[in-house]
Amino acid sequence: MHEMGIANAILEAVVTEATRLNGQHPSRVGVRIGELAAVDPEALHFCFDALVRGTDLEPLELDIELCPRKHRCPQCDEVFPVVDYFTECPRCGGLRTEFVSGDELELAFLEVDDQ
Amino acid sequence: MIRMPMEGKVLKENDRIALALREQYAAQGVLCLNLVSSPGSGKTSLLERTLERWPTGHAVAVLTGDIQTENDAQRLRRFGFPVKQITTGGTCHLDARMIQRALEDWRLQDLDVLLLENVGNLVCPSSYDLGEAAKVVVLSVTEGEDKPLKYPSMFFKSELMVINKTDLLPYVPFAIEKAVENARRVHADLEILKLSCLTGNGLTEWMQWLVSRRNSFLAGVQRPVPDSSCV
Repeated sequence: MHEMGIANAILEAVVTEATRLNGQHPSRVGVRIGELAAVDPEALHFCFDALVRGTDLEPLELDIELCPRKHRCPQCDEVFPVVDYFTECPRCGGLRTEFVSGDELELAFLEVDDQ
Repeated sequence: MIRMPMEGKVLKENDRIALALREQYAAQGVLCLNLVSSPGSGKTSLLERTLERWPTGHAVAVLTGDIQTENDAQRLRRFGFPVKQITTGGTCHLDARMIQRALEDWRLQDLDVLLLENVGNLVCPSSYDLGEAAKVVVLSVTEGEDKPLKYPSMFFKSELMVINKTDLLPYVPFAIEKAVENARRVHADLEILKLSCLTGNGLTEWMQWLVSRRNSFLAGVQRPVPDSSCV
């Protein structure tokens, strides 16, 4: 259970960004989380909401984009999502494919009220 | 409403410190390994057996993390090498700042290898880079052989899997080949060693792996010019 620390790190990034916004209020922050990032989206939402509640940031919302594990086949260049750990290339059957993405734990966007 | 792109890792502060640590290890030629596993898989036992067999003329130190108690540091200190306990006070993983603080009064240039024993937990420690050259995940035969599938992140991010407690194989329903197959489904290039910290079987191969990993680490980083300004 390290989602509280991760939620806190997201909020620190929001606060840093918000200080540059001349009073515009951030309303939604987006993050990308890969399936290999070892972060539980539900727990992250729970921690995020608990940290935001009662602060100036309320009612800031969290938007999580889940990113599947993707591999690339060096033989035919196909990039494909890995489902249920099957890393074989679905196009040419190549067995040795390379990890491309799926361990993201990244900031994606910030939405602010334009008033 | 205006949407603006944001960039960077969520844990960028941790990653910044981890990078600084990694640069220090490289400059001083210190191989840093991060040992991870569930609680009770045998990380501390593996460290005991390692320090017991440590080749003379090479310097090793250990940072060992737990939520509470100095127990592990006490177990490891009797071998005469520098050992420091990090008690996280509730946090389920080590982070880069804890390592940086713990290293403040140690001279990295005096070390060849730094071993980090993470908090027993197969989930959270996988998110925190500690600046290590490699993670080593320990799996014991009293756990399920499907653990790599249940906790893919840790097995994916580790370079070596040590299967421990092999002396118990006759008594437990653990299909070791299935465990290997599951681990390789998650991480095709994962290196695997099988050993028993109790009987000592397989420990020679583990010590050889450490030596060869330090050599490949040194070959991969620029050799340091002796410099007294670091750390």
